[in-house]
Amino acid sequence: MVNTLFEQDLQVINVGLSSFAESIQQTGGKSLQLDWRPPAAGNRETGMSLALLVNNERVEAANRMAFERFMSAQPVLTGVGKAVETIPGLGERTLLHAGPPIEWGRMCGPMQGAMIGAILFENWAQDQNSARRLAESGEIKFSPCHHYGAVGPMSGVISPSMPVWVVKNQDRGNFSFSNMNEGLGKVLRFGANDASVIERLKWMASTLGPVMNAAISQLGGIELRPIIAQALHMGDECHNRNAAASSLLFKRIAPALLRTGALQTEMAKVLEFIAGNDHFFLNISMASCKAMLDAAHGVEYSTLVTAMARNGVEFGIRMSGTGDRWFTAPAPMVDGLFFPGYSQADAAPDLGDSAITETAGIGGFAMGAAPAIVQFVGGTPQDAIAYTREMYHITLGVNGGFTLPPLNFDSAPTGIDARKVVDTGIAPVINTGIAHKDAGVGQVGAGITRAPLECFDQAIRILQL
Amino acid sequence: MTTSQRMIKNLYRDSVALMQFSEKLRALEGIKQASAVMATENNISLLVEAGLLAAAVPPSPNDLLIVVEASDETTAGSALDSAEAMLKAKSADSGEGGVRRVPPRSIEMGLESMPSANFVLISSPGEYAAAEARKALQLGLHVMMFSDNVSMEEEIPLKQYAREHDLLVMGPDCGTAIINGIPLGFANVVRRGNIGVVAASGTGLQQVTSLIDRFGGGITQAIGTGGHDLKSEVGGITMLQGIEALTKDKATKVILLVSKPPSSDVMNKVLDKARQSKKPVVVEFIGADPAGITGGNIFGVKTLEDAAFASVLISKGKTVKKFSSILPAKYRSLVKPAQKRLKKGQKYIRGLFSGGTFCYETVLLLSESLGKVYSNTPIKKEEKIPNVWESLEHTVIDLGDDLFTQGRPHPMIDFRLRNERIVQEAKDPATAVILLDIVLGFGSNMDPAGELIPAIQQAQKIASKAKRNIVFVGSVCGTESDPQNLSLQESRLQEAGVILTESNAQAARLAAAIVDRS
Repeated sequence: MVNTLFEQDLQVINVGLSSFAESIQQTGGKSLQLDWRPPAAGNRETGMSLALLVNNERVEAANRMAFERFMSAQPVLTGVGKAVETIPGLGERTLLHAGPPIEWGRMCGPMQGAMIGAILFENWAQDQNSARRLAESGEIKFSPCHHYGAVGPMSGVISPSMPVWVVKNQDRGNFSFSNMNEGLGKVLRFGANDASVIERLKWMASTLGPVMNAAISQLGGIELRPIIAQALHMGDECHNRNAAASSLLFKRIAPALLRTGALQTEMAKVLEFIAGNDHFFLNISMASCKAMLDAAHGVEYSTLVTAMARNGVEFGIRMSGTGDRWFTAPAPMVDGLFFPGYSQADAAPDLGDSAITETAGIGGFAMGAAPAIVQFVGGTPQDAIAYTREMYHITLGVNGGFTLPPLNFDSAPTGIDARKVVDTGIAPVINTGIAHKDAGVGQVGAGITRAPLECFDQAIRILQL
Repeated sequence: MTTSQRMIKNLYRDSVALMQFSEKLRALEGIKQASAVMATENNISLLVEAGLLAAAVPPSPNDLLIVVEASDETTAGSALDSAEAMLKAKSADSGEGGVRRVPPRSIEMGLESMPSANFVLISSPGEYAAAEARKALQLGLHVMMFSDNVSMEEEIPLKQYAREHDLLVMGPDCGTAIINGIPLGFANVVRRGNIGVVAASGTGLQQVTSLIDRFGGGITQAIGTGGHDLKSEVGGITMLQGIEALTKDKATKVILLVSKPPSSDVMNKVLDKARQSKKPVVVEFIGADPAGITGGNIFGVKTLEDAAFASVLISKGKTVKKFSSILPAKYRSLVKPAQKRLKKGQKYIRGLFSGGTFCYETVLLLSESLGKVYSNTPIKKEEKIPNVWESLEHTVIDLGDDLFTQGRPHPMIDFRLRNERIVQEAKDPATAVILLDIVLGFGSNMDPAGELIPAIQQAQKIASKAKRNIVFVGSVCGTESDPQNLSLQESRLQEAGVILTESNAQAARLAAAIVDRS
């Protein structure tokens, strides 16, 4: 091999002094100057752990297996059920929340508000104050959605009586769950918990859930990948823009709904509700991503990131090869546009399980397909493409099922490789809504943020060969 | 006519794109009909009706189905192969004008833009260099580590890994190499030829390759090993690999090895490997007695100049005679006129060096004829200069010592420190000769003569005020093809009154002869 080098053109990747790269070119050689910086913020131990994982046969094989499981997943929406009867292991007095684990006292404003709302919805307390006391008492178990195969946007609160979407991965048979989207304005996921919020939740439990379940049964389930694929061709990235996917779902649901024999007034209200919410599909998109990623989780030595989630205080990730451990860092603020009357000062840090979409290669990773989104940060369609192009550098592969028209129908960058994130310092991009820091105000803007590199550094440092 | 089909799992294209794609397939040689569709129930029955599918297949709407009707099965098969390849190919980034690109950040990312890269040159801060080298090796790339401050605990596993995978790790602390004619790090532009060099010293490598060029020879490869390679702990891994590679290399007729004398275990390993080579091997263990090395295919030499000269002679098929340590006639004639310029009290040589090996070789040669020579890199402990900032009798200083380079560029680039010291030596009435090395090539200052001449003039002005004159002696290490150009630099220095020799060794001998007035 040394002698092979003598017979080839010398092609040099240059790490360090750029004058060396220049002199190679001046003397007829080929060189490429890296925009290099020490990986892992200069932590040498992590840097060496990373080096040992690069192109390592065991890691490569594990990642191929994990990626293959992800790509083979066939998420199908199979119905809607009551959480406590549907989510395995969910206790009677358990409330699920977004992001990595967090106890009541450290929860951000919107999440506490949502918890109080959930307690009221469950009739575990009669008013705000007693609900708060109950939450503080330690009688209620708070647990991450992710620990139950579930995901929820923003506060991500799921309580035992709530209706949840059920998604099944036909390939491996694993299930995932998500709550149903309430729309915008005063809603539980942003921490609102007044009577109108509770009333809506009760209607969703009594009517929306069962009616949708009947419609889905009529259809024998709905394959979700084709809907996402088509929505990506219609300007959605299926995280912060779900207008097309929600319409496509509506188109599938409406005729089936009419065949369920439900009361006409109920059906009308259900269809009005879906039609009035451009984010109706978001929670289904998230559950779909979760089902695909869970299939890839737990492959020993794999550096595929299988979850990114925020609880409004911390940002956490999970990696396929490191089991159920979370790697966390303070949740970042979101760079974005604010609705009239609000500013960065009103914003809560990044919140919600919805970054599961980016983890699965859509959302911010597919931003090139959704130029409308990039306006939230004053960007151009070129900027949207640039975000997607950037993500190719930190992903294991591409998703041939999800193609992006503005990128000449290239497949979406998919499967975050924690090694590449640490090595390049390119942080995964996330499109997201911005919650008001106080409970119950609601969404105050939307924008773009990046996953903290620190989480990936920790994961790489821990992975032992 | 035959029909064939292929299902590509999890690949989605919209129907318009697929219609266009089907047109492309129909245009292929030997293809009568072709259709690419998403494998929905509806599409499958259309294909059956059109006779392109013999029987319905189970629908799988996430998968893409291609069917072709072709003249024979081979044609059909290759059409399906190219169809699949076309569908999976990443598009050229047409139509994305103005899209901001992230420059490559990591070696692996660099490979995306330079997929046939075969080499990584690392000059990052030393604390991160080993990790970068490790990544490069695991990606199957050869490495040069210019970075220093890499511990031997880090170096050894890198070199072991490299040896196991037949890859080269030059360094850490490898300043110079020339691979396939391309200078890397601090290196000269040297004619290509048939001499292969392996050297543990950067400036030693620059001196021998430049002199090979000057003497009309040329090199195949110049492999640097880094300063620790020949220590017992590392065991000369890179030098041994280098000898082996140059032995196998058809273009290499002569091998030249350069190093300070290694410990005896490593020396034996290196010489054994050299003997196995069967090619003539010139060995310069700077400071070791050449007589103890010579024999068989091995020629021991004493100076870097002799090493270059012997290699060139052998490379041209001539025989090597014993080298003389005496100053050649062309320089001997310069001694008397120089001595005449000196006052009685001007007795000492002050050597101010930018290259470590030039300094070391000078101390060795001066000691032979002058006895005590003080230095920051002395041969004998008792000749360590007590204060590096102040010369004592004969003094030779390596200004590239870490002590001088803290927070300052190397003296081959930044001449300020050396220029200040030249002026300081001129003030000393005991200074007779100021001895210099001038290193050209990539990495070095782009006009060393231009940097030195004002300091030389100022020094002479100071001396002449005291009715003295200083003799400047030096050698320029470089080639005509170097960006600074050897002849141009030499003639400007000579115009400024510097007596130049071809090599560092001759400059030392000439300086010694000038101050030796016994």
